[in-house]
Amino acid sequence: MKWDTCDASVQYLLHLGDDALVLGHRLSEWCGHGPILEEDIALSNLALDLVGLARQYYRLAAKRIGDGMTEDRIAYWRSDREFLNHVLVEQPNGDFGDTMGRQFYFDAFHYLQLEALQHSSDAELAAIARKALKETTYHAEHSSEWIVRLGDGTDESRRRITASLARMWPFTSELFTPSEVDRAAHAAGWGPDVAALHGPWLDLVRDVLQQAGLSLPETPAKLLRGKSGIHSESLGFLLAEMQSLPRAYPDATW
Amino acid sequence: MDLGIVRGVRVEDEVCHVDLSPTYTGCPATERIERDVREALEALVGEGHVRIRTVLDPPWTTDWISEEGLRKLEAYGIAPPPRRSTDKRSLLKLHQPLVCPKCRSAHTERVSAFGSTACKALHRCLDCLEPFEAFKCI
Repeated sequence: MKWDTCDASVQYLLHLGDDALVLGHRLSEWCGHGPILEEDIALSNLALDLVGLARQYYRLAAKRIGDGMTEDRIAYWRSDREFLNHVLVEQPNGDFGDTMGRQFYFDAFHYLQLEALQHSSDAELAAIARKALKETTYHAEHSSEWIVRLGDGTDESRRRITASLARMWPFTSELFTPSEVDRAAHAAGWGPDVAALHGPWLDLVRDVLQQAGLSLPETPAKLLRGKSGIHSESLGFLLAEMQSLPRAYPDATW
Repeated sequence: MDLGIVRGVRVEDEVCHVDLSPTYTGCPATERIERDVREALEALVGEGHVRIRTVLDPPWTTDWISEEGLRKLEAYGIAPPPRRSTDKRSLLKLHQPLVCPKCRSAHTERVSAFGSTACKALHRCLDCLEPFEAFKCI
């Protein structure tokens, strides 16, 4: 299967699904390790929502590829060069502040992206987005509330969340830099111009940071090409773990 | 049916077609529900005569839960979701106090937006002090 030359609409679905699967997997790593019980449950719920969303995108992609392709083959049998997620979502969980910083930046983007995708000219994609938007609104509310609580909290929480937000900031530039897949999707009317989402995203982010008593980080942007399959070393380790079971037992069924 | 998951049933050329609308995107019960529906119908019309279709659009909303469904949820101890849930403002105002399914007091608070399953939030009654779950508006 030549993943990089398959149909443009399939590549777009893989990109969308990969963001959801990789971030969902990262969040699932918190299960059993959350700082408090309610947050352990919250992070697991977020992970479940995201993995479910990945399955929707992958299922649609598999249908379009045909030839017996399945969502499992897409999730478990591609290598890191074939994954099209943003480098932001593969970043390790770090401490709770790092996880919330990463989540906050992504949720605000995801909300805007899904809002646009509801109107996709690809009706099947629009249906998935319309449904996911409701759940993502809860995600965005959750991460925003934590940024406010941690920023407007104790001296330690403020110091640590400030460091986390600065650490994750350079990865956000990729969200608004269109890849070839983004450009093809936008030209076909399937998806938004991601560069145009930058303004509204900054408004959302600034608003929450202000409530938290924090300022916009100034760490310089990174040039990243996760959406073209060029990833940080973190994704390799993530996939090695995530894909280890089906690769060890290829004929296993649930 | 009371949850509004079954969107349509029709018989065509000796095949029973059912449209199901999944509730939450990641809901693990979706496949179980599909299997239960298939088994129940196959018991009536025989294997090979049932086709189940997943319909994502229009997206399932808590507004599709029938009055009977709401009553059953409450009897089970789960506070029903407020109506008109597609209003974005109601999505963000999860802090509207709900009625405690045990003692019926409205003096309640939300503990967490994330409960034991994707579709529920955790609340607590400040009068009888019992925790209860609430079906989240979507």
